[in-house]
Amino acid sequence: MSCFRLENVSYRYDKALVLNGVDLRLESGEILGLFGHNGAGKTTTIKLILGLMTPSQGRVSVLGGEAGDPHVTQHIGYLPENVMFYPQLTGREILNHFARLKGAPLRQVPELLEQVGLGDAMNARVKTYSKGMRQRLGLAQALLGKPKLLMLDEPTVGLDPVATADLYRLLRKLRDEGTGIVLCSHVLPGVEPYIDRAAILTDGALKAVGDLSALRRQANMPVTLSIEPANGTPALEKAIAGASASNGLMIRKDNGRLQVDVRPSEKMALIQALLNSGEVQDLGIHQPTLEDVYVHFIGSGGLAHRGGAQ
Amino acid sequence: MNSIWTIARKELSDSLRNRWLIAIALVFAVLALGIAWFGAAASGQVGYASTPATIASLASLGIFLIPLIALLLAYDAIVGEEEGGTLLLLMTYPLSRGQLLFGKFLGHGLTLAFATLIGFGVAGIAIALLVEDVAVGALAAAMSRFIVSTILLGWGFIALAYMISVRVSEKPVAAGLALGIWFFFVLVFDLMLLGILVASEGKLSPELLPWLLMLNPTDIYRLLNIVAFGEGAQLSGVLSLGADLPIGAAGLWFALVLWFVIPLAAAWALFRSRRI
Repeated sequence: MSCFRLENVSYRYDKALVLNGVDLRLESGEILGLFGHNGAGKTTTIKLILGLMTPSQGRVSVLGGEAGDPHVTQHIGYLPENVMFYPQLTGREILNHFARLKGAPLRQVPELLEQVGLGDAMNARVKTYSKGMRQRLGLAQALLGKPKLLMLDEPTVGLDPVATADLYRLLRKLRDEGTGIVLCSHVLPGVEPYIDRAAILTDGALKAVGDLSALRRQANMPVTLSIEPANGTPALEKAIAGASASNGLMIRKDNGRLQVDVRPSEKMALIQALLNSGEVQDLGIHQPTLEDVYVHFIGSGGLAHRGGAQ
Repeated sequence: MNSIWTIARKELSDSLRNRWLIAIALVFAVLALGIAWFGAAASGQVGYASTPATIASLASLGIFLIPLIALLLAYDAIVGEEEGGTLLLLMTYPLSRGQLLFGKFLGHGLTLAFATLIGFGVAGIAIALLVEDVAVGALAAAMSRFIVSTILLGWGFIALAYMISVRVSEKPVAAGLALGIWFFFVLVFDLMLLGILVASEGKLSPELLPWLLMLNPTDIYRLLNIVAFGEGAQLSGVLSLGADLPIGAAGLWFALVLWFVIPLAAAWALFRSRRI
């Protein structure tokens, strides 16, 4: 079942085109990473799915209904970036309040607080919580009523590595149970193993969407071979030059190893030839990371100019 | 309805937690008892003077105090949620903007109603018990009228505060505008009316002038509490215009109800058109 579907969606605010012809979908039991710099249209996309705004053009359908319909929002969990709560209330009181609004059973509240590691702090006022504790409370809030669609904006901000690992484990469990999850994060390397597909937005347009290997293929970015020479660097360099079908391979020396950038289509032929040459002691293959792919799609210098993926 | 009550319930429990409700009730009770016993002190007399005099004094004080308390209670209803970062989250729940606003109104309205009922109610009971020759029936009727009109006046200013709160994006701006509303209705309006009256030198239609009082809920409130005592009632200042109003107490009650219904509807309309 489709969790949401955006069809040719544009959003105009004043004269600015904030989103331009976006097509995006999320299926049940799938984790989608949504990446983009500040002002790329990420928050607008989330707000359109939540029904907080209506598109200027195109169609947004969520959980088989209209975005913003109370019967639909009842099944959506949302963790905003920098989530804030009423400081004078306790974690438990806050969750009770939101559970009532969602029509979720109150018995879920202590269970969820335990699940996110706030069992001992549930009766303390939120103003005494650390940022990480507020974030965990926000997550518990998003999980109220066992949502079918979960949207998390920067969920790992303020979490220590153990809590982050716990969060990702929990998300995988929810995905396996059929929840559709959207994950917006600027911590790209950490998120890579946990997403099924990535969508990259820039300047209101969807630049690329797909699983990581599809994105790598689409980007056609070089793969880096890290080679330890068997008989010294010059002999290995000669072997590489002889084995390479195309000229001008990018070769760097690094701690006695050679780092060679090769097109994915030429990778296997080069490896085969090098292994046959007998000049290779050890060989490692480094695929472009999600961050590399992201930088490729938002354009060179994107990170420097835009202050990082947001 | 459940969502409205959930929001209202939180506002009510907040006003119990931060002692707003008990503080307002206490202020009302102390003021009411002070006025009842010392209201006539200026004329060299200490002790309970009369029910009409007490209610008139209470109403005169009420027009200063009630709007101020209502505005303070409600000015940050929506802008406070926005500044606190909870408005966006609330709007992602199955909760319409109308339900949020009406829930807030129910919570704030009940807080003010309970405080008024407890504060002035206790004062009324104390007067009935302690003053020997007071006509309890007349006192109860006057006090009930006073309490209900005070609640309605408070609701009017809560709704006016919402009109600000749904529109601005910073709490201090909302607080400033709320004080501006208080200043206008409580201090400026009557002076302005008096000025128009004098400057027009009788050229303005005499039928129109009394109706201008309906543009200020505090004037309606005072009229309601003074006119009720009949022919002998003392209407001073611009309120004397009220003697020419062709509507009776029922009309005044209706006007006071309109003074919270219309601003509340306006706040709703403004909130619906707001971008979150």
